[in-house]
Amino acid sequence: MSETESADLEKFRNETRAWLEANCPPEMRKPATSDADVFWGGRNTKFASEPQRIWFERMRDKGWTVPDWPREYGGGGLSAAEHKVLRTEMGRIGARPPLSSFGIWMLGPALLKYGNEAQKKEHLPKIAAGLIRWCQGYSEPNAGSDLASLQTRAESDGDDFVITGQKIWTSYANYADWIFCLVRTDASAKKHDGISFILFDMTSKGVTTKPILLISGYSPFCETFFDGVRVPKSHVVGTVNRGWDVAKYLLQHERAMISGMGERGVGRPLGQIAADSVGSDAQGKLDDAMLRGRIASFDVDEAALAACAERAVDLAKAGQAHPAFSSAMKYYGTELNKRRYEILMSAGGVDALEWESERSKQGARPRAWLRTKANSIEGGTTEVMLGIVAKRILDLPGA
Amino acid sequence: MALVLTEEQSMLRDSARGLISDKAPVSHLRSLRDAKDPTGFSKELWHAFAEMGFAGLLVPEEFGGSGLGFMEAGVVMEEIGRTLMPSPFLATSVVAASALNRGGNAAQKSEYLPKISNGSLLATLAIDEGAKHRPLQTSLQAVRAGNGFKLSGAKALVVDGHVADLFIVAARTAGSAGERDGLTLFLVNPRAKGVSIERTIMVDAHNAARIELANVEVTADSVLGEVDQGAALLDGVLDIGRGAVAAEMVGLSEEVFNRTVEYLKNRKQFGKLIGEFQALQHRAAELYVDIEITRAATMKALQALDADVAKAASSVAVAKARAGTTATRAVQEGVQMHGGMGMTDQFDIGFFMKRARVCEELFGDANYHTEQLARTRGY
Ligand SMILES: Cc1cc2nc3c(=O)[nH]c(=O)nc-3n(C[C@H](O)[C@H](O)[C@H](O)COP(=O)(O)OP(=O)(O)OC[C@H]3O[C@@H](n4cnc5c(N)ncnc54)[C@H](O)[C@@H]3O)c2cc1C
Repeated sequence: MSETESADLEKFRNETRAWLEANCPPEMRKPATSDADVFWGGRNTKFASEPQRIWFERMRDKGWTVPDWPREYGGGGLSAAEHKVLRTEMGRIGARPPLSSFGIWMLGPALLKYGNEAQKKEHLPKIAAGLIRWCQGYSEPNAGSDLASLQTRAESDGDDFVITGQKIWTSYANYADWIFCLVRTDASAKKHDGISFILFDMTSKGVTTKPILLISGYSPFCETFFDGVRVPKSHVVGTVNRGWDVAKYLLQHERAMISGMGERGVGRPLGQIAADSVGSDAQGKLDDAMLRGRIASFDVDEAALAACAERAVDLAKAGQAHPAFSSAMKYYGTELNKRRYEILMSAGGVDALEWESERSKQGARPRAWLRTKANSIEGGTTEVMLGIVAKRILDLPGA
Repeated sequence: MALVLTEEQSMLRDSARGLISDKAPVSHLRSLRDAKDPTGFSKELWHAFAEMGFAGLLVPEEFGGSGLGFMEAGVVMEEIGRTLMPSPFLATSVVAASALNRGGNAAQKSEYLPKISNGSLLATLAIDEGAKHRPLQTSLQAVRAGNGFKLSGAKALVVDGHVADLFIVAARTAGSAGERDGLTLFLVNPRAKGVSIERTIMVDAHNAARIELANVEVTADSVLGEVDQGAALLDGVLDIGRGAVAAEMVGLSEEVFNRTVEYLKNRKQFGKLIGEFQALQHRAAELYVDIEITRAATMKALQALDADVAKAASSVAVAKARAGTTATRAVQEGVQMHGGMGMTDQFDIGFFMKRARVCEELFGDANYHTEQLARTRGY
């Protein structure tokens, strides 16, 4: 980096720090305690609180719901280095992401790479402004890890496709405005070659959803049924029958996003949280030596993973990243996050078991603990991630 | 700072790798071991190292060195780890050079640093006394005598202790074992009266010694840094050593891992390559991720040391703890996945297992550093 570049970056850092200080409401400087406290956007959205609205609107107006997207699509137009500065500065004050969205994490990057100009202009600015909430129609009852065996069919009829089939585990399908969906457009081709990636409105005729209750007591995902849903062919992203490329690219982003979930999870260090309930001895050491040891080795691994995540970004910038590296990070990040919550439950003891009470914030901790169990399943299981690392990175035989 | 090597660092790595893999593959260590070589390393190679500027890599240019940083030292250590080359680099060029550079007065620096740079002086740090790394447990006594001091006590695992020309000895000028105050570092001539040295043949066939000091007289000029206030200097020097050993362990882990993956791609059982078995694939993949994470943590620690040694402690603790755990796993999986072959002396894998065990103990094992992290985080 040249001297003027680093001076510019320092200036950007100072301005960003001052702006965040002045504009991020204090209530938005701690982690969300429940899903209801997270802002997802969409047509029927409501803000959970005034600070949440203020924070979202200020960030949106700067393009910082999607800081690194081009300005013409509603982004902030930041360089990779500036984006890193913004993330660091937000992290420093514990600022929440202003908007959580599958559009931002998953669809947006895929559209930026594979979408045509009309599709980018149509969808990206609405994602950035939180106007449309998206869901992901990938999994089917008989196509989970073996996603490419999916059967939902899209039959050609003039300028339209007519879609019939069933999806499952569609997160927030019942709240979503639009879906990005994998459909089979050529039943006779080899399984990866007959798939297309298509977008449509969830209010289209023939779409129904049915929530599924989870072990955490929530119903964040659904069975989704398509009964002759008519969708214009212009809604296909990329080439017809080449949807698998788009799907895989999107999954890389999904995996990177999921691997980082732990970072957004808990605000205070585990050692301090544990001290609240188990207490400390005269030397200030946690009054449970085994628990203290577990926390310390967790902290070592977490710090090492954070370094690795930072390095992954730097490698990508330097053009040295392996495309399957997000699978490596996804595996480790999700297993680590599960470990974090096992420790949190163990540290909380009886208090952490309360499901419904004033004190427990409606079971925030046990619900979050149960939620993390999905981390190593959603977006591709740990076993599948390890298989990808073995075959694509290590080049082991038997693909 | 980005966590990727710069162009200059990559060039340094390539030249170190060229020299080391060419002149000191694992067979080099094997032949030194089998010949019970009295020196335990190749002097010729050490001079070649010095000529390429590695011996004085951390020594400032005014004292004849290259004035590079800890990241660069880590790059060389990693290459040493790949072939297990026995070399005075760690003890002399990294640890002792840093101790002299950070703690030495003008006279001490100009006497010793140029000789370290040109490869003519070997030096080493003598700290641990018991079975485990516990710097504050130092009890070797230094009592004032006339203008100087008299040192008495014993030290274990003094790396290169039987070939060194200079010892840097941690001693107690006040207080008692376990206390931070009262530690002082001394420069001691191994040939001084009252010094006895026993070379200990270690499991990894690298050089180490036990030393004993019986009323060894040193002058007041031999104090490195300040009397009674040596702990802070020692902390920094040890952290530099830890970062370097972590880098060696990254190189070692990656090398064992590469050899193991190659084996998985070539060995057939049940009519299949064993690398087709998912049970092995998944373990290999986990190990790959462990190594990547450890590499990143180690680079982070070396960068932190370059930025400010005094503030690098928790990054170093993370790196050394991770490196210990990862290297242990890498060598264990290496032996296991090689089956019976892995247990033979003829095969190289065992050398990696033995070196990993020594590196784990050197400057504190994973438990020690995990405990340090818990302390710095205040729980
Ligand atoms: C919280 C959550 C949110 C989700 N959100 C969405 C969503 O929005 N949209 C969507 O489309 N899907 C979503 N999913 C679905 C998710 O992608 C699938 O659950 C996942 O891909 C696994 O598929 P499966 O559940 O059918 O399990 P299966 O594929 O049946 O796997 C069962 C077990 O077998 C193992 N296994 C399978 N194949 C192999 C193999 N080759 N080698 C070794 N082990 C193997 C798996 O690892 C797992 O342990 C979500 C899932 C969760 C838990």
